[in-house]
Amino acid sequence: MKEIVVISGKGGTGKTSITASFAKLGAEEIVVADCDVDAADMHLVMSPEVIHTEDYYSGFVAKIDENKCTQCGACIDTCQFDAISPEFNINQYKCEGCSYCSEICPTHAIKMQELCIGQYFISKSRMNNYLIHAKLGIGADNTGKLVAMVKKEARKIAEANNLNTILVDGSPGIGCPVLSSLTGANLVCIVTESSLSGFHDLQRVYEVAKRFKLKACCIINKHDLNTKLTKQIEDYLEKEGIIHLANLPYMANFSDAMVEGKTIVEKENTIHSQLIKDSWQKIKEIVV
Amino acid sequence: MILAIASGKGGTGKTTLSTNLASYISEKQKVTLADLDVEEPNSGLFLDVEKDLEKDMFKKIPEWKESECILCGKCQEWCKFNCIQVLGDEVMIFPEFCHTCHMCVDLCPGSALSFKDVRMGRLSKSHKGNLTFVESRLNIGEEQAVSLISQTIDYTENYADEDELIIVDAPPGAACPVMEVVDKSDFVILVTEPTPFGLNDLKIAVETMRVLNREFAVVINRYGIGNDDVISYCKAENIDILAKINNDRKLAELYSKGNLLYKHSENLREQLDLIIEKLHLLK
Repeated sequence: MKEIVVISGKGGTGKTSITASFAKLGAEEIVVADCDVDAADMHLVMSPEVIHTEDYYSGFVAKIDENKCTQCGACIDTCQFDAISPEFNINQYKCEGCSYCSEICPTHAIKMQELCIGQYFISKSRMNNYLIHAKLGIGADNTGKLVAMVKKEARKIAEANNLNTILVDGSPGIGCPVLSSLTGANLVCIVTESSLSGFHDLQRVYEVAKRFKLKACCIINKHDLNTKLTKQIEDYLEKEGIIHLANLPYMANFSDAMVEGKTIVEKENTIHSQLIKDSWQKIKEIVV
Repeated sequence: MILAIASGKGGTGKTTLSTNLASYISEKQKVTLADLDVEEPNSGLFLDVEKDLEKDMFKKIPEWKESECILCGKCQEWCKFNCIQVLGDEVMIFPEFCHTCHMCVDLCPGSALSFKDVRMGRLSKSHKGNLTFVESRLNIGEEQAVSLISQTIDYTENYADEDELIIVDAPPGAACPVMEVVDKSDFVILVTEPTPFGLNDLKIAVETMRVLNREFAVVINRYGIGNDDVISYCKAENIDILAKINNDRKLAELYSKGNLLYKHSENLREQLDLIIEKLHLLK
Protein backbone atom coordinates (compact mmCIF):
# COMPACT_ATOMS: atom_id res chain seq x y z
CA MET A 1 0.00 0.00 0.00
CA LYS A 2 1.34 3.43 -0.97
CA GLU A 3 0.12 6.55 0.73
CA ILE A 4 0.64 10.01 -0.75
CA VAL A 5 -0.14 12.90 1.60
CA VAL A 6 -0.52 16.48 0.35
CA ILE A 7 0.10 19.19 2.94
CA SER A 8 0.90 22.90 2.94
CA GLY A 9 1.40 24.29 6.44
CA LYS A 10 -0.17 27.56 5.34
CA GLY A 11 -3.75 27.71 4.09
CA GLY A 12 -4.74 29.04 0.69
CA THR A 13 -1.73 27.78 -1.23
CA GLY A 14 -3.91 25.65 -3.53
CA LYS A 15 -3.43 22.36 -1.67
CA THR A 16 -7.00 21.12 -1.98
CA SER A 17 -7.43 22.26 -5.60
CA ILE A 18 -4.26 20.38 -6.53
CA THR A 19 -5.18 17.28 -4.50
CA ALA A 20 -8.60 17.18 -6.17
CA SER A 21 -6.84 17.33 -9.53
CA PHE A 22 -4.66 14.36 -8.54
CA ALA A 23 -7.85 12.57 -7.47
CA LYS A 24 -9.29 13.15 -10.94
CA LEU A 25 -6.09 11.91 -12.62
CA GLY A 26 -5.80 8.85 -10.35
CA ALA A 27 -9.49 8.02 -11.01
CA GLU A 28 -10.52 4.45 -10.12
CA GLU A 29 -6.94 3.38 -9.37
CA ILE A 30 -6.81 5.23 -6.06
CA VAL A 31 -8.72 5.77 -2.83
CA VAL A 32 -8.99 9.40 -1.67
CA ALA A 33 -9.03 10.52 1.98
CA ASP A 34 -9.91 14.08 2.97
CA CYS A 35 -8.03 14.55 6.23
CA ASP A 36 -8.49 18.31 6.33
CA VAL A 37 -11.43 17.59 8.63
CA ASP A 38 -11.47 21.11 10.07
CA ALA A 39 -12.19 22.66 6.67
CA ALA A 40 -13.14 19.74 4.47
CA ASP A 41 -13.62 21.00 0.92
CA MET A 42 -12.74 18.08 -1.36
CA HIS A 43 -16.39 17.04 -1.57
CA LEU A 44 -17.23 20.37 -3.25
CA VAL A 45 -15.38 19.35 -6.41
CA MET A 46 -15.64 15.56 -6.14
CA SER A 47 -19.46 15.36 -5.85
CA PRO A 48 -19.47 12.30 -3.64
CA GLU A 49 -22.46 10.03 -3.28
CA VAL A 50 -22.46 8.88 0.31
CA ILE A 51 -22.63 5.10 0.71
CA HIS A 52 -22.07 4.88 4.42
CA THR A 53 -22.17 7.34 7.33
CA GLU A 54 -20.85 6.71 10.81
CA ASP A 55 -20.86 8.82 13.97
CA TYR A 56 -17.45 9.16 15.51
CA TYR A 57 -17.08 9.10 19.26
CA SER A 58 -13.93 10.18 20.99
CA GLY A 59 -13.25 11.54 24.42
CA PHE A 60 -15.75 12.37 27.13
CA VAL A 61 -17.83 15.21 28.49
CA ALA A 62 -19.03 15.59 32.08
CA LYS A 63 -22.74 15.55 32.89
CA ILE A 64 -24.22 16.58 36.25
CA ASP A 65 -27.24 14.77 37.64
CA GLU A 66 -29.27 17.61 39.20
CA ASN A 67 -31.06 15.24 41.55
CA LYS A 68 -27.83 14.04 43.12
CA CYS A 69 -25.95 17.35 43.07
CA THR A 70 -25.75 19.20 46.41
CA GLN A 71 -24.08 22.24 44.81
CA CYS A 72 -21.09 21.90 47.13
CA GLY A 73 -18.80 23.46 44.51
CA ALA A 74 -15.99 20.89 44.74
CA CYS A 75 -16.20 20.31 40.99
CA ILE A 76 -15.87 24.02 40.20
CA ASP A 77 -12.78 24.23 42.40
CA THR A 78 -11.04 21.30 40.75
CA CYS A 79 -11.85 22.05 37.12
CA GLN A 80 -8.77 23.48 35.39
CA PHE A 81 -10.70 24.41 32.26
CA ASP A 82 -13.31 26.71 33.71
CA ALA A 83 -15.96 24.42 32.27
CA ILE A 84 -18.47 24.45 35.15
CA SER A 85 -20.54 27.58 35.70
CA PRO A 86 -21.56 28.89 39.14
CA GLU A 87 -25.03 27.54 38.30
CA PHE A 88 -23.49 24.07 37.84
CA ASN A 89 -23.91 23.87 34.10
CA ILE A 90 -21.20 22.15 32.08
CA ASN A 91 -19.86 24.05 29.10
CA GLN A 92 -19.23 21.15 26.74
CA TYR A 93 -16.89 23.23 24.58
CA LYS A 94 -14.62 23.93 27.51
CA CYS A 95 -14.85 20.52 29.16
CA GLU A 96 -11.80 18.50 28.11
CA GLY A 97 -13.24 15.26 29.47
CA CYS A 98 -10.54 14.66 32.08
CA SER A 99 -13.13 13.30 34.58
CA TYR A 100 -11.46 14.93 37.60
CA CYS A 101 -14.83 16.40 38.71
CA SER A 102 -16.55 13.05 38.35
CA GLU A 103 -13.84 11.38 40.42
CA ILE A 104 -14.05 13.79 43.38
CA CYS A 105 -17.81 14.54 43.45
CA PRO A 106 -18.86 13.52 46.99
CA THR A 107 -22.36 12.49 45.89
CA HIS A 108 -21.29 10.84 42.62
CA ALA A 109 -23.52 13.24 40.73
CA ILE A 110 -21.19 13.60 37.74
CA LYS A 111 -20.95 10.97 35.05
CA MET A 112 -18.68 11.03 32.03
CA GLN A 113 -20.44 10.57 28.69
CA GLU A 114 -18.83 9.56 25.43
CA LEU A 115 -18.74 12.48 23.07
CA CYS A 116 -19.74 12.38 19.42
CA ILE A 117 -17.16 14.66 17.81
CA GLY A 118 -18.25 14.29 14.23
CA GLN A 119 -19.15 11.96 11.42
CA TYR A 120 -17.24 10.27 8.68
CA PHE A 121 -18.51 9.19 5.32
CA ILE A 122 -17.55 6.56 2.77
CA SER A 123 -18.55 7.82 -0.66
CA LYS A 124 -18.14 7.12 -4.32
CA SER A 125 -17.09 10.28 -6.16
CA ARG A 126 -17.90 11.39 -9.70
CA MET A 127 -14.24 10.54 -10.46
CA ASN A 128 -14.96 6.82 -9.99
CA ASN A 129 -12.97 6.54 -6.82
CA TYR A 130 -13.89 6.12 -3.20
CA LEU A 131 -13.69 9.25 -1.08
CA ILE A 132 -13.48 8.98 2.69
CA HIS A 133 -14.32 12.31 4.27
CA ALA A 134 -15.49 13.65 7.59
CA LYS A 135 -17.29 16.47 9.29
CA LEU A 136 -15.90 17.54 12.61
CA GLY A 137 -18.38 18.84 15.19
CA ILE A 138 -18.12 22.50 16.15
CA GLY A 139 -15.33 23.11 18.61
CA ALA A 140 -14.45 19.45 18.85
CA ASP A 141 -11.06 18.31 20.05
CA ASN A 142 -9.20 15.20 18.91
CA THR A 143 -9.13 16.06 15.23
CA GLY A 144 -6.00 13.95 15.13
CA LYS A 145 -8.09 10.92 16.07
CA LEU A 146 -10.75 11.60 13.45
CA VAL A 147 -7.97 11.99 10.87
CA ALA A 148 -6.54 8.63 11.93
CA MET A 149 -10.01 7.09 11.60
CA VAL A 150 -10.49 8.49 8.08
CA LYS A 151 -7.14 7.05 7.05
CA LYS A 152 -7.91 3.69 8.61
CA GLU A 153 -11.18 3.47 6.65
CA ALA A 154 -9.36 4.47 3.47
CA ARG A 155 -6.89 1.62 3.95
CA LYS A 156 -9.71 -0.85 4.55
CA ILE A 157 -11.48 0.21 1.37
CA ALA A 158 -8.25 0.03 -0.61
CA GLU A 159 -7.54 -3.49 0.62
CA ALA A 160 -11.07 -4.69 -0.05
CA ASN A 161 -10.88 -3.38 -3.63
CA ASN A 162 -7.31 -4.45 -4.38
CA LEU A 163 -6.14 -0.89 -4.80
CA ASN A 164 -2.66 0.06 -3.70
CA THR A 165 -2.62 3.86 -3.68
CA ILE A 166 -4.22 6.21 -1.18
CA LEU A 167 -4.22 9.94 -1.82
CA VAL A 168 -4.64 12.10 1.27
CA ASP A 169 -5.61 15.77 1.48
CA GLY A 170 -3.69 16.50 4.66
CA SER A 171 -4.47 18.80 7.54
CA PRO A 172 -3.11 22.33 7.89
CA GLY A 173 -0.76 23.55 10.60
CA ILE A 174 1.93 21.62 12.41
CA GLY A 175 -0.07 20.15 15.33
CA CYS A 176 -1.86 16.86 16.06
CA PRO A 177 -3.96 16.56 12.90
CA VAL A 178 -1.02 16.92 10.53
CA LEU A 179 0.98 14.40 12.58
CA SER A 180 -1.92 11.97 12.17
CA SER A 181 -2.11 12.75 8.46
CA LEU A 182 1.55 11.88 7.98
CA THR A 183 1.58 8.68 10.05
CA GLY A 184 2.09 5.71 7.75
CA ALA A 185 2.65 7.82 4.63
CA ASN A 186 5.15 6.94 1.89
CA LEU A 187 5.42 10.30 0.20
CA VAL A 188 4.60 13.81 1.30
CA CYS A 189 3.82 16.42 -1.32
CA ILE A 190 4.05 19.97 0.01
CA VAL A 191 2.16 22.69 -1.85
CA THR A 192 3.68 26.05 -1.05
CA GLU A 193 3.37 29.51 -2.55
CA SER A 194 5.97 32.10 -3.39
CA SER A 195 5.37 34.40 -0.43
CA LEU A 196 7.31 34.95 2.79
CA SER A 197 4.47 33.33 4.76
CA GLY A 198 4.32 30.38 2.38
CA PHE A 199 8.08 29.78 2.64
CA HIS A 200 8.05 30.24 6.42
CA ASP A 201 5.30 27.66 6.84
CA LEU A 202 6.91 25.29 4.34
CA GLN A 203 10.01 25.19 6.53
CA ARG A 204 8.02 24.67 9.72
CA VAL A 205 5.86 21.89 8.30
CA TYR A 206 8.87 20.18 6.70
CA GLU A 207 10.51 20.05 10.15
CA VAL A 208 7.48 17.97 11.17
CA ALA A 209 7.55 15.79 8.05
CA LYS A 210 11.28 15.11 8.52
CA ARG A 211 10.54 13.24 11.74
CA PHE A 212 8.70 10.62 9.70
CA LYS A 213 11.75 10.16 7.43
CA LEU A 214 9.50 10.43 4.38
CA LYS A 215 10.33 11.06 0.78
CA ALA A 216 9.19 14.59 0.03
CA CYS A 217 8.28 16.57 -3.06
CA CYS A 218 7.06 20.09 -3.55
CA ILE A 219 4.96 22.26 -5.85
CA ILE A 220 5.54 26.02 -5.76
CA ASN A 221 2.30 27.81 -6.58
CA LYS A 222 2.16 31.48 -7.69
CA HIS A 223 5.90 31.25 -8.45
CA ASP A 224 5.87 34.42 -10.57
CA LEU A 225 4.62 36.65 -7.72
CA ASN A 226 8.11 36.85 -6.33
CA THR A 227 10.77 35.29 -8.56
CA LYS A 228 13.60 36.12 -6.16
CA LEU A 229 11.88 34.26 -3.34
CA THR A 230 10.99 31.37 -5.64
CA LYS A 231 14.71 30.95 -6.29
CA GLN A 232 15.32 30.86 -2.52
CA ILE A 233 12.61 28.23 -2.09
CA GLU A 234 14.14 26.16 -4.90
CA ASP A 235 17.54 26.36 -3.20
CA TYR A 236 15.97 25.28 0.07
CA LEU A 237 14.32 22.28 -1.64
CA GLU A 238 17.62 21.23 -3.16
CA LYS A 239 19.47 21.57 0.13
CA GLU A 240 16.86 19.48 1.96
CA GLY A 241 16.66 16.84 -0.78
CA ILE A 242 13.01 17.62 -1.54
CA ILE A 243 12.04 16.78 -5.13
CA HIS A 244 10.84 19.89 -6.95
CA LEU A 245 7.82 18.91 -9.06
CA ALA A 246 6.61 22.12 -10.66
CA ASN A 247 6.22 25.87 -10.53
CA LEU A 248 2.65 27.04 -11.15
CA PRO A 249 2.07 30.63 -12.27
CA TYR A 250 -0.25 32.98 -10.39
CA MET A 251 -3.70 32.84 -11.90
CA ALA A 252 -6.42 35.17 -10.73
CA ASN A 253 -9.04 32.77 -12.05
CA PHE A 254 -7.70 29.71 -10.16
CA SER A 255 -11.12 29.72 -8.57
CA ASP A 256 -13.05 29.57 -11.85
CA ALA A 257 -12.78 25.79 -11.97
CA MET A 258 -13.91 25.66 -8.34
CA VAL A 259 -16.98 27.74 -9.11
CA GLU A 260 -17.90 25.28 -11.85
CA GLY A 261 -17.37 22.39 -9.42
CA LYS A 262 -14.43 21.19 -11.46
CA THR A 263 -10.78 20.50 -10.83
CA ILE A 264 -8.01 22.49 -12.50
CA VAL A 265 -7.05 19.59 -14.77
CA GLU A 266 -10.56 19.54 -16.18
CA LYS A 267 -9.91 22.97 -17.65
CA GLU A 268 -8.13 21.60 -20.71
CA ASN A 269 -5.26 23.32 -22.50
CA THR A 270 -4.20 25.51 -19.62
CA ILE A 271 -0.62 25.66 -18.42
CA HIS A 272 -1.80 24.62 -14.94
CA SER A 273 -3.54 21.54 -16.29
CA GLN A 274 -0.37 20.31 -18.04
CA LEU A 275 1.93 21.06 -15.09
CA ILE A 276 -0.33 19.22 -12.66
CA LYS A 277 -0.57 16.21 -15.01
CA ASP A 278 3.23 16.11 -15.21
CA SER A 279 3.48 16.38 -11.41
CA TRP A 280 1.09 13.45 -10.90
CA GLN A 281 3.12 11.38 -13.36
CA LYS A 282 6.31 12.13 -11.40
CA ILE A 283 4.62 11.31 -8.10
CA LYS A 284 3.56 7.92 -9.46
CA GLU A 285 7.14 7.25 -10.54
CA ILE A 286 8.49 8.23 -7.10
CA VAL A 287 6.17 5.98 -5.09
CA VAL A 288 6.51 2.88 -7.25
CA MET B 1 -11.92 45.39 23.74
CA ILE B 2 -10.59 42.24 22.09
CA LEU B 3 -11.35 42.05 18.37
CA ALA B 4 -10.59 38.63 16.86
CA ILE B 5 -9.85 38.17 13.18
CA ALA B 6 -10.75 34.59 12.28
CA SER B 7 -11.65 32.44 9.28
CA GLY B 8 -12.82 28.90 8.69
CA LYS B 9 -10.54 28.36 5.74
CA GLY B 10 -6.83 29.09 5.89
CA GLY B 11 -5.25 31.51 3.48
CA THR B 12 -8.23 33.84 3.10
CA GLY B 13 -6.37 36.92 4.32
CA LYS B 14 -6.76 36.75 8.09
CA THR B 15 -3.18 37.80 8.73
CA THR B 16 -3.31 40.44 5.99
CA LEU B 17 -6.34 42.06 7.61
CA SER B 18 -4.94 41.78 11.15
CA THR B 19 -1.59 43.35 10.34
CA ASN B 20 -2.95 46.08 8.08
CA LEU B 21 -5.81 47.04 10.38
CA ALA B 22 -3.54 47.17 13.43
CA SER B 23 -0.80 49.17 11.67
CA TYR B 24 -3.32 51.56 10.13
CA ILE B 25 -4.98 52.21 13.49
CA SER B 26 -1.59 52.67 15.14
CA GLU B 27 -1.07 55.76 12.99
CA LYS B 28 -3.77 57.35 15.13
CA GLN B 29 -3.77 55.64 18.53
CA LYS B 30 -2.27 52.91 20.71
CA VAL B 31 -3.21 49.38 19.66
CA THR B 32 -1.96 45.87 20.39
CA LEU B 33 -1.87 43.03 17.89
CA ALA B 34 -1.46 39.46 19.16
CA ASP B 35 -0.70 36.61 16.76
CA LEU B 36 -2.49 33.61 18.26
CA ASP B 37 -2.05 31.39 15.22
CA VAL B 38 0.65 29.73 17.31
CA GLU B 39 1.19 26.80 14.94
CA GLU B 40 2.01 29.06 12.01
CA PRO B 41 2.53 32.60 13.32
CA ASN B 42 3.06 34.87 10.32
CA SER B 43 1.97 38.36 11.35
CA GLY B 44 5.50 39.24 12.40
CA LEU B 45 6.74 38.79 8.83
CA PHE B 46 4.79 41.92 7.83
CA LEU B 47 5.67 44.18 10.73
CA ASP B 48 8.88 46.10 10.95
CA VAL B 49 8.92 46.04 14.74
CA GLU B 50 11.60 46.29 17.38
CA LYS B 51 11.80 43.40 19.85
CA ASP B 52 11.40 44.30 23.54
CA LEU B 53 11.46 40.87 25.10
CA GLU B 54 11.30 37.14 24.48
CA LYS B 55 10.45 34.45 26.97
CA ASP B 56 9.85 30.72 27.11
CA MET B 57 6.31 29.56 27.72
CA PHE B 58 5.67 26.47 29.77
CA LYS B 59 3.06 23.92 30.54
CA LYS B 60 2.91 21.83 33.67
CA ILE B 61 3.25 18.09 33.43
CA PRO B 62 3.46 15.42 36.14
CA GLU B 63 6.82 14.09 37.25
CA TRP B 64 7.22 10.69 38.91
CA LYS B 65 9.04 10.19 42.21
CA GLU B 66 9.93 6.53 42.33
CA SER B 67 10.70 6.49 46.06
CA GLU B 68 7.16 7.64 47.01
CA CYS B 69 5.27 5.44 44.53
CA ILE B 70 3.28 2.49 45.80
CA LEU B 71 2.52 1.33 42.22
CA CYS B 72 -1.23 1.35 42.83
CA GLY B 73 -1.88 2.16 39.16
CA LYS B 74 -4.56 4.75 39.96
CA CYS B 75 -2.90 7.47 37.87
CA GLN B 76 -3.03 5.34 34.75
CA GLU B 77 -6.66 4.49 35.45
CA TRP B 78 -7.60 8.16 35.95
CA CYS B 79 -5.81 9.69 32.99
CA LYS B 80 -8.24 9.98 30.08
CA PHE B 81 -5.47 11.14 27.75
CA ASN B 82 -3.23 8.06 28.08
CA CYS B 83 -0.26 10.09 29.30
CA ILE B 84 0.58 7.71 32.10
CA GLN B 85 1.51 4.07 31.69
CA VAL B 86 2.57 1.80 34.53
CA LEU B 87 4.99 -0.73 33.10
CA GLY B 88 6.23 -3.29 35.63
CA ASP B 89 7.64 -1.23 38.49
CA GLU B 90 8.03 1.91 36.46
CA VAL B 91 5.62 4.78 35.69
CA MET B 92 6.11 6.30 32.25
CA ILE B 93 4.81 9.77 31.40
CA PHE B 94 4.11 11.04 27.86
CA PRO B 95 4.09 14.82 28.26
CA GLU B 96 2.86 15.78 24.78
CA PHE B 97 -0.59 14.28 25.50
CA CYS B 98 -1.00 15.92 28.93
CA HIS B 99 -3.86 18.42 29.30
CA THR B 100 -2.69 19.48 32.79
CA CYS B 101 -6.00 18.52 34.41
CA HIS B 102 -4.19 18.09 37.77
CA MET B 103 -6.05 14.91 38.74
CA CYS B 104 -3.08 12.55 38.94
CA VAL B 105 -0.92 15.00 40.90
CA ASP B 106 -3.69 16.07 43.31
CA LEU B 107 -5.09 12.61 44.02
CA CYS B 108 -1.98 10.36 44.00
CA PRO B 109 -2.26 8.46 47.31
CA GLY B 110 1.50 8.31 47.81
CA SER B 111 2.22 11.90 46.67
CA ALA B 112 4.53 10.38 44.09
CA LEU B 113 3.54 12.81 41.36
CA SER B 114 4.38 16.49 41.34
CA PHE B 115 4.41 19.14 38.65
CA LYS B 116 7.33 20.25 36.59
CA ASP B 117 7.40 22.86 33.87
CA VAL B 118 8.18 21.90 30.30
CA ARG B 119 8.75 24.37 27.49
CA MET B 120 5.91 24.44 24.98
CA GLY B 121 6.75 27.55 23.03
CA ARG B 122 8.13 31.05 23.03
CA LEU B 123 6.43 34.43 23.40
CA SER B 124 7.86 37.67 22.14
CA LYS B 125 6.74 41.25 22.50
CA SER B 126 7.83 44.04 20.23
CA HIS B 127 6.69 47.48 19.20
CA LYS B 128 6.75 50.15 16.56
CA GLY B 129 5.38 53.56 17.50
CA ASN B 130 1.87 53.08 18.86
CA LEU B 131 1.73 49.42 17.88
CA THR B 132 2.54 46.67 20.36
CA PHE B 133 2.96 43.23 18.84
CA VAL B 134 2.77 39.99 20.83
CA GLU B 135 3.51 36.65 19.19
CA SER B 136 3.62 33.10 20.51
CA ARG B 137 5.20 30.27 18.64
CA LEU B 138 4.36 26.63 19.45
CA ASN B 139 7.28 24.20 19.61
CA ILE B 140 7.35 21.83 16.68
CA GLY B 141 5.91 18.47 17.79
CA GLU B 142 3.92 19.98 20.67
CA GLU B 143 0.25 18.99 20.48
CA GLN B 144 -1.51 21.26 22.94
CA ALA B 145 -1.88 24.69 21.33
CA VAL B 146 -4.78 25.77 23.56
CA SER B 147 -2.75 26.30 26.71
CA LEU B 148 -0.22 28.48 24.88
CA ILE B 149 -3.02 30.52 23.30
CA SER B 150 -4.75 31.03 26.60
CA GLN B 151 -1.52 32.10 28.34
CA THR B 152 -0.75 34.51 25.50
CA ILE B 153 -4.18 36.17 25.76
CA ASP B 154 -3.71 36.56 29.53
CA TYR B 155 -0.28 38.06 28.99
CA THR B 156 -1.57 40.50 26.38
CA GLU B 157 -4.55 41.59 28.48
CA ASN B 158 -2.32 42.20 31.47
CA TYR B 159 0.12 44.20 29.45
CA ALA B 160 -2.29 46.38 27.44
CA ASP B 161 -3.97 49.48 28.85
CA GLU B 162 -7.47 49.06 30.28
CA ASP B 163 -9.24 50.71 27.33
CA GLU B 164 -6.77 49.71 24.61
CA LEU B 165 -7.95 47.95 21.47
CA ILE B 166 -6.47 44.45 21.21
CA ILE B 167 -6.63 42.80 17.79
CA VAL B 168 -5.94 39.07 17.72
CA ASP B 169 -5.04 36.97 14.70
CA ALA B 170 -6.89 33.71 15.46
CA PRO B 171 -5.91 30.20 14.35
CA PRO B 172 -7.83 28.85 11.33
CA GLY B 173 -10.54 26.19 11.50
CA ALA B 174 -13.36 25.54 13.95
CA ALA B 175 -11.68 23.33 16.54
CA CYS B 176 -10.46 23.97 20.10
CA PRO B 177 -7.73 26.53 19.37
CA VAL B 178 -10.09 28.96 17.63
CA MET B 179 -12.84 28.36 20.23
CA GLU B 180 -10.39 29.41 22.94
CA VAL B 181 -9.69 32.69 21.13
CA VAL B 182 -13.32 33.45 20.25
CA ASP B 183 -14.44 32.72 23.79
CA LYS B 184 -12.16 35.46 25.09
CA SER B 185 -13.02 38.00 22.39
CA ASP B 186 -15.72 40.68 22.36
CA PHE B 187 -16.26 40.74 18.62
CA VAL B 188 -15.13 38.54 15.74
CA ILE B 189 -14.46 39.41 12.12
CA LEU B 190 -14.68 36.38 9.84
CA VAL B 191 -12.52 36.80 6.75
CA THR B 192 -13.60 34.82 3.72
CA GLU B 193 -13.11 34.71 -0.01
CA PRO B 194 -15.99 34.63 -2.51
CA THR B 195 -15.41 31.04 -3.69
CA PRO B 196 -17.16 27.71 -2.99
CA PHE B 197 -14.37 26.66 -0.58
CA GLY B 198 -14.56 30.06 1.12
CA LEU B 199 -18.34 29.80 1.51
CA ASN B 200 -18.28 26.24 2.81
CA ASP B 201 -15.74 27.14 5.48
CA LEU B 202 -17.50 30.41 6.30
CA LYS B 203 -20.67 28.47 7.07
CA ILE B 204 -18.78 26.34 9.59
CA ALA B 205 -17.24 29.45 11.16
CA VAL B 206 -20.68 31.10 11.42
CA GLU B 207 -22.04 27.99 13.13
CA THR B 208 -19.17 28.25 15.63
CA MET B 209 -19.95 31.92 16.38
CA ARG B 210 -23.61 31.10 16.93
CA VAL B 211 -22.81 28.21 19.25
CA LEU B 212 -20.59 30.53 21.29
CA ASN B 213 -23.14 33.31 21.05
CA ARG B 214 -20.56 35.78 19.86
CA GLU B 215 -21.17 38.95 17.87
CA PHE B 216 -19.53 38.77 14.45
CA ALA B 217 -19.45 40.19 10.95
CA VAL B 218 -17.81 39.27 7.66
CA VAL B 219 -15.05 40.80 5.55
CA ILE B 220 -14.72 39.53 1.98
CA ASN B 221 -11.17 39.40 0.66
CA ARG B 222 -10.15 38.93 -2.99
CA TYR B 223 -13.46 40.46 -3.98
CA GLY B 224 -13.95 39.96 -7.72
CA ILE B 225 -12.89 36.33 -8.01
CA GLY B 226 -15.32 33.42 -7.73
CA ASN B 227 -19.02 34.26 -7.55
CA ASP B 228 -21.67 36.07 -5.50
CA ASP B 229 -22.74 33.13 -3.35
CA VAL B 230 -21.01 34.43 -0.22
CA ILE B 231 -22.88 37.73 -0.50
CA SER B 232 -26.23 35.97 -1.06
CA TYR B 233 -25.54 33.72 1.92
CA CYS B 234 -24.74 36.66 4.19
CA LYS B 235 -27.89 38.47 3.08
CA ALA B 236 -30.06 35.42 3.70
CA GLU B 237 -28.52 34.91 7.11
CA ASN B 238 -28.63 38.58 8.06
CA ILE B 239 -24.89 38.77 8.48
CA ASP B 240 -23.27 42.16 8.16
CA ILE B 241 -20.56 42.46 5.50
CA LEU B 242 -18.21 45.10 6.89
CA ALA B 243 -15.92 45.45 3.90
CA LYS B 244 -14.93 44.02 0.53
CA ILE B 245 -11.25 44.08 -0.33
CA ASN B 246 -10.60 43.92 -4.06
CA ASN B 247 -8.57 41.16 -5.63
CA ASP B 248 -5.41 42.73 -7.00
CA ARG B 249 -2.32 41.03 -8.38
CA LYS B 250 -0.17 44.01 -7.34
CA LEU B 251 -1.23 43.46 -3.73
CA ALA B 252 -0.48 39.74 -4.02
CA GLU B 253 3.05 40.62 -5.15
CA LEU B 254 3.55 43.08 -2.30
CA TYR B 255 2.17 40.52 0.15
CA SER B 256 4.60 37.90 -1.11
CA LYS B 257 7.47 40.20 -0.19
CA GLY B 258 6.10 40.72 3.31
CA ASN B 259 4.88 44.29 2.77
CA LEU B 260 1.97 45.96 4.50
CA LEU B 261 -0.58 46.71 1.82
CA TYR B 262 -2.66 49.65 3.00
CA LYS B 263 0.05 52.16 2.09
CA HIS B 264 -0.18 50.99 -1.52
CA SER B 265 -3.93 50.60 -1.98
CA GLU B 266 -6.60 53.24 -1.74
CA ASN B 267 -9.28 50.56 -1.91
CA LEU B 268 -7.82 48.80 1.12
CA ARG B 269 -7.61 52.07 3.10
CA GLU B 270 -11.25 52.79 2.30
CA GLN B 271 -12.29 49.32 3.40
CA LEU B 272 -10.26 49.58 6.62
CA ASP B 273 -11.97 52.93 7.30
CA LEU B 274 -15.34 51.22 6.89
CA ILE B 275 -14.40 48.55 9.44
CA ILE B 276 -13.06 51.16 11.87
CA GLU B 277 -16.18 53.27 11.53
CA LYS B 278 -18.71 50.46 11.77
CA LEU B 279 -17.04 48.90 14.80
CA HIS B 280 -16.14 52.24 16.45
CA LEU B 281 -12.52 51.24 16.83
CA LEU B 282 -11.19 54.77 17.25
CA LYS B 283 -11.51 56.50 20.58
